[in-house]
Formats: sequence, C-alpha cells, structure tokens
Amino acid sequence: MAVDTPSALDTTALRADFAFLDERVGGKPLAYLDSASSTQKPRQVLDRMRAFYEHEYANVHRGVYQLAERATEGYEDARRKVAALVNAPSEREVIFTRSATESLNLVAYAWGLQNLGPGDAVVITELEHHANFVPWQFIASRTGASFRHIPIDDAGELQLDALDGLARENSIKVVATGLVSNSLGTINPVERLTAWAHEQGAIMVVDAAQAAPHRTIDVQAIGCDFLAFSSHKLCGPSGIGALWGRRELLEAMAPFNLGGEMIRSVALDRTTFNELPYKFEAGTPAIAEAVGFGTAIDYISEIGLPAIEQHEHELTVYAMGRLGELAWLRLFGPPVERRAGIVSFEVAGVHPHDVAQILDWEGIAVRAGHHCTQPLMTRLGVAATTRASFYLYSITEEIDRLVDGLHKVKKSLG
Amino acid sequence: MSEFEQLYREVILDHYKTPRNHGLLDPSDAVAVGQNPLCGDEVTVSVRFADGDVIESVGFEGRGCAISQAATSMLTDLVKGRTAQEVALMPRDELLDEIGIPLTPVRLKCALLGLGVLKVALHKSKGTPLPEEWGTSSGDISVG
Repeated sequence: MAVDTPSALDTTALRADFAFLDERVGGKPLAYLDSASSTQKPRQVLDRMRAFYEHEYANVHRGVYQLAERATEGYEDARRKVAALVNAPSEREVIFTRSATESLNLVAYAWGLQNLGPGDAVVITELEHHANFVPWQFIASRTGASFRHIPIDDAGELQLDALDGLARENSIKVVATGLVSNSLGTINPVERLTAWAHEQGAIMVVDAAQAAPHRTIDVQAIGCDFLAFSSHKLCGPSGIGALWGRRELLEAMAPFNLGGEMIRSVALDRTTFNELPYKFEAGTPAIAEAVGFGTAIDYISEIGLPAIEQHEHELTVYAMGRLGELAWLRLFGPPVERRAGIVSFEVAGVHPHDVAQILDWEGIAVRAGHHCTQPLMTRLGVAATTRASFYLYSITEEIDRLVDGLHKVKKSLG
Repeated sequence: MSEFEQLYREVILDHYKTPRNHGLLDPSDAVAVGQNPLCGDEVTVSVRFADGDVIESVGFEGRGCAISQAATSMLTDLVKGRTAQEVALMPRDELLDEIGIPLTPVRLKCALLGLGVLKVALHKSKGTPLPEEWGTSSGDISVG
C-alpha cells in the first residue's frame, strides 16, 4: 500500500533538480537508496561549477590579475558557507581538506603525534567508521597511548554507564565519536560526550560525515573541539571536505601537509608558516570543488536542514514499518525515534551481496558489506549487512519497491 | 532480463543450490580454508592426489554469497585430472571464463576466493608457487 510521500519537502520539485533520476537500470527507473555512501548532485551545483570553470577559474591566493581575485573570492566565499553551516565562530577555523577522512587524519596526526604519549588514552566507540577509528588506532600505537572504546548495547546505542569506568581506569586525552552511525543510524549524544571529554581534560573530535547533510549542526552548542564532514555526502562534488577546529588548538598544531601556500617565508635554513587557515592548506586546492561544496550547502540550507531531517524521519518510520512486517528480515540498530535515515538489515539465509545483486536487477541501489565499520559488524555477530539510506530526494515509492524486491530475493535464494 | 541476470540465474544459482563436489574429502592429501573478511564469504577446499601430483578429487565446503560458492563448485570440476603445478599456475581468467558472466571488482573477489584457497592447499602439500600479492609486507597496527 503506497502512502503519499511525506509533505515536509516538495520532493517532486526537488527531484526535478536531479538529472540522475532519469537514469534507468535494465529499463527500470533507478531507486537510489545509498545516499549514506554518497549523494547525487542537483543541476544547481553542476551549473555553478561549470560557470566557475568557464568564467572565473584561476589559481587562488596568488595572482594579481582580476580573474585570480574572482577565483579567490569564490573559494573563500565557499569557506564562509561551510563555517555558517556548522555555526563556526570564525571561517578562519575552517580548513578545506580532501574529505572527512582526511580531516580526521589531520587531527590524529597533527594534534595526536604532538600531544599523546604513554599513559594517555584515546577513546572511540564501537560504532566508528574506519575513518574515525584507524587513524586513532595508528597514532595510539605510534605514541604508546592506549586505545579504548565505548561499547554499544544490542540496540546499537552507546552504553553511557561505561563512561565512569573508562574515566577511572584511563588518563583520557582524546574522545572521538561519530554523530550519526553510518551503519545503524544511531544518533550519539555528542553534547554529553563533549562535556564528559572536557571533564577528563580530553579534546572532543566529532565525525559529522553522516550528520551534517541531514540535520542542523552547531559546533558551539555541541562544544566540541574538532568536527569533520564532506561535500560529496551533501550533494556536493567529491574530493573536498572540511575540518572545523578550535582556533587555539589549530594554532598550536604543527602543519599536516607542507608546501606552497601554507608558508610565510622559506629559506635554506628556516621556514615560517602561514596563519590560519592557510597553514593547513598546502598546494593548489580543489578550487571548483570548493565552490561546488558551497553551492551544495546553499542548496540544502535553502530547503532547510530541519525539513530534510523531518522528511527522512518520516521515510524511516515508513521503511521500518514495512520492513518490520517481513518475518524473515532482521533489522539492526535503535528504534526509529532515536535514529537517522539509515536502515541496516539481514535477509535470513541470503548473503548481503546476493540481496544487493537481485535488488540491482529491480533498479534498486543499496549497499552490502561492512560499511567501513568492521568492529561494529564483529560486535553484531555478522560479516556484512544490507543497508538502505535516504536523502532529500528519496520517496516512499522507492521503499515500496525495496520491499517488493526483497520478496523476490527471498523467492530466488531463500 | 539482462544477459547477466539470465546467466546468473541459470549458472550461478544452479551451482549454488546444487554444488558439485560438495563435502570435504576424508582422507585427503591437503586442506586449506580462506575467507573474504570484507563480506564473510568462507571456503574450505580439500584435495586428493593420484600418480604423484595429479589431482584425483576435490571436495569443498563453505558459506557465503552465491558467486563465491558457485565459483568454487565450478572450479572443483575444472581441476580434476590436472597436475598441482598446472593448477597452481592457472590464471584467474580461466576460471572467470568458465563462470562466463561479467563481474564487478567486488564480486570478482567472491568468484576468486576458492581458487586462492585451492592454490594455498596445493602449496602446502606439494610446494607449488603461490600467486604474487601486492602490499602484504608493510605490517599492521597493534594496540593495547
């Protein structure tokens, strides 16, 4: 039974912005249910990038000619938009990186190597994406710090009663957690975790890759010290991301990448570094991608993050309701009231790869695998799950097609 | 229905539901097990030789996606009567041609799991060469 797509968003109008929705898979219309992995781009972003390349492109920060000034203005305007999206106190605390992954590596290397040593502890969670897990594990092993985690319960939510024990047994210097789990949709209480981190004298690092596109983020309200997210997950181009960091911390950190642009002066015997944020932006950046990133932020901000969040919530309620009716399907993660627009599940007796393969023949794109969260999969007792995820262009009809497709999966292989 | 879907349904599902040479050999001359940790496919392959290093029979067990299990099933028929050395050097394309359907990089790993495990079993029992791997010498992270 199809339900009218929730009215938080005018999805008909929005979907008209996305040419990819005209794509057909084996003659069938595409139902793209993999936005947690990456998102599709509206023509506004593509048009802006094209116009930038055709009329405004030059290298940034160095030229004297007009075109170079325009390019620089486009790039720095994008930086202001990134800062505004997360309510950063200053755009000079926003560093453009290649991705959320690179942002997190930057903090792990540039803050971690200098500030961690034997006796210190890094605390992550069992939910973490490898981008917010492996860099910390690596830096912990390099510095002699210990590597600890906040466990989850069977519903995939953090066990906050483990915090006291962790605090008692460790001298915690870093707490690094995601805001929204990309595998389970769990929403972590980052304000509370930040307060706890600061009580221990630790810095708080938030991986907002899965959150920034879907809900309002305010780094000042959260109180965290670093926050990472990417462009390609919010309808922007791939190859660019952002790190927001507290000014005092960034100023004390050694640079991560070195080269041109991040210096003030270079001589045979001595080099001095540039001021923030340029200290952390070596070389020619992804200029048009930054402009595309800014345009994507304009796009989602105009729609409104609260409306996007509400739309996804309604879709998730619908999806979990319909999927919950299938006796041979197991859902993972928290109840719908406490999760974002991500649903991981398992079809009894059918491997996730085969589920995804058969759904592909129906024109439905879902993800099958460990979703870059192997420690979480181990904790759940599975090697992989199948995952459907929603965004501003998703509609209930796609969920109906998913359920029909799953019936076919069960019939073929179950 | 696309050609891929058709072949998948005819060939893969046939071998998946009715695997050939299923069940580990007892006694056997060589056994090896391998997994693809990315998705949880697992395959165990056992081999018995006749006349030195001619493969007389192969038996396998496993769990995982249809392609990993079906490909291993096809492999077991393919190698009977061949020498260990020959199979150790068998190019992956030969198995992929036998499977006959185009595979994306992700499913390629599923399809080739059994071949890799068989080559390990042959290496253990007859000292035949293992395929060259890239990037296994840089170590890993261990933390306390």
